[in-house]
Amino acid sequence: MDVRADPTRQLVRLRGRSYVAFVFSPVVPIVEWLAEIDATLARSPGYFVGKPIVLDLASVDLSSSAIAHLLGSLNERSIRVLGIEGVGEERLGANMPPLLTGGRACVITRNEPAQKPEPEAKPKPTSLLLDSPVRSGQSIVFMEGDVTVVGSVGSGAEIVAGGSIHIYGTLRGRAMAGVNGNSNARIYCQKIEAELLAIDGYYQTAEEIDETLRNRPAQAWLQGDTMKITPLN
Amino acid sequence: MAKVMVVTSGKGGVGKTTTTAALGAALAQGGQNVVVVDFDVGLRNLDLVMGAERRVVFDLINVVQGVAKLPQALIRDKRLENLWLLPASQTRDKDALTDEGVGRVITELKSRFDWILCDSPAGIERGATLAMRYADEAIIVTNPEVSSVRDSDRIIGMLDSKTVKAERGEHVEKHVLITRYDPARAARGEMLSIEDILEILATPLLGIIPESQDVLKASNVGTPVTLNNTDSAPARAYIDASRRLMGEEVAMVVPAERKSFMNRLLGRRAA
Repeated sequence: MDVRADPTRQLVRLRGRSYVAFVFSPVVPIVEWLAEIDATLARSPGYFVGKPIVLDLASVDLSSSAIAHLLGSLNERSIRVLGIEGVGEERLGANMPPLLTGGRACVITRNEPAQKPEPEAKPKPTSLLLDSPVRSGQSIVFMEGDVTVVGSVGSGAEIVAGGSIHIYGTLRGRAMAGVNGNSNARIYCQKIEAELLAIDGYYQTAEEIDETLRNRPAQAWLQGDTMKITPLN
Repeated sequence: MAKVMVVTSGKGGVGKTTTTAALGAALAQGGQNVVVVDFDVGLRNLDLVMGAERRVVFDLINVVQGVAKLPQALIRDKRLENLWLLPASQTRDKDALTDEGVGRVITELKSRFDWILCDSPAGIERGATLAMRYADEAIIVTNPEVSSVRDSDRIIGMLDSKTVKAERGEHVEKHVLITRYDPARAARGEMLSIEDILEILATPLLGIIPESQDVLKASNVGTPVTLNNTDSAPARAYIDASRRLMGEEVAMVVPAERKSFMNRLLGRRAA
């Protein structure tokens, strides 16, 4: 008994689609023509990437091996040829792109992105205000000027400012002021328990900060090349 | 409206899983539909604390990857019929979790439950970030010690920046839960005080759970502490916290040192 289920037949659906291809028409001497291609690539690398390329060999008389060599040279330049036209089919090898006929000329429109108008230059802000606590692990970097924090700066957090740093809360983390070389920058805080204070590269760690200052409002500033930390009020 | 709540801490061993189980059970006892979800893929524990380890068939990863349907993975508690567990996988790791997979599971859970409690793994990596990703509220479990408090501070910073709510410009409501609070050591000044912790974290307090043998005993028998011995100090503290979550006003009790009878007779032991 022959038990055989007929496989359900899938309909093959054929669709047409047209693309605009670049047509390369090499001229002799091929070497000079390739040099011209290289010059184009030097000006805009990747110009032909992802674009369909057709090779029109009508104006040259190349043997099968010469065509193979030309295809190889283009391949080296990352140019993949989609099809070839203007040559007898007998000259094309089995592993070459297929012969194309019936191409129509058209104008290639280059859709380059329109130049965006330059946004009007706003004056850059010279201070940064943060109205929530700065948590451990957060890093606030503001090179353009002062940083003000309404809240505390947690242990393991850091504030880096081009100008001064003002903290309306407890400073438990690191504060680095005047990092652009501004030795007039200062650090102010309501309660000092800092891990590290730095102004213009001069720094003090928690160990070096006077114990009597701890838990009090304080400011840090530079006098020459020594950092002064003094109580506020 | 379903609420997605993440129980997180940064630091390990502070009591996230105990808290998830205890609050989940307390909310369920209060008549809410609750699911507790274990996000600690590869190191799951919530199933043990809930006493459901012998009934796990499918897990979170199976649901995230579409291998199993959500109802197949949900385990109903044997004691409370409106308390459910979605266990983690023990054989996989956190890389098996995907953002959109977790989002899908959370959305589906939201249509079935009032409360979705996500037990976060320790750390700040993929498991922890995905556990908090879709949260509406967060419970930050903190022990009264500097390392735990600093890690909690870090996690609060992540809740304010890495969650979907934060990215939309909204706020994840945050609560601090202080666990393993030892009144005797607090009296001797060996621990951070409640005031210090709240000052550092600048986040409202949900409750204070005293250090107690009852917590360990309950874990060992696979029962949330709020179901094991409802009169124990930690159980009462957790039940109070759950009532605050449901919007009730409950006075905050700071656990005080209770001297045993013998101690009172003999006074202080000489060192």
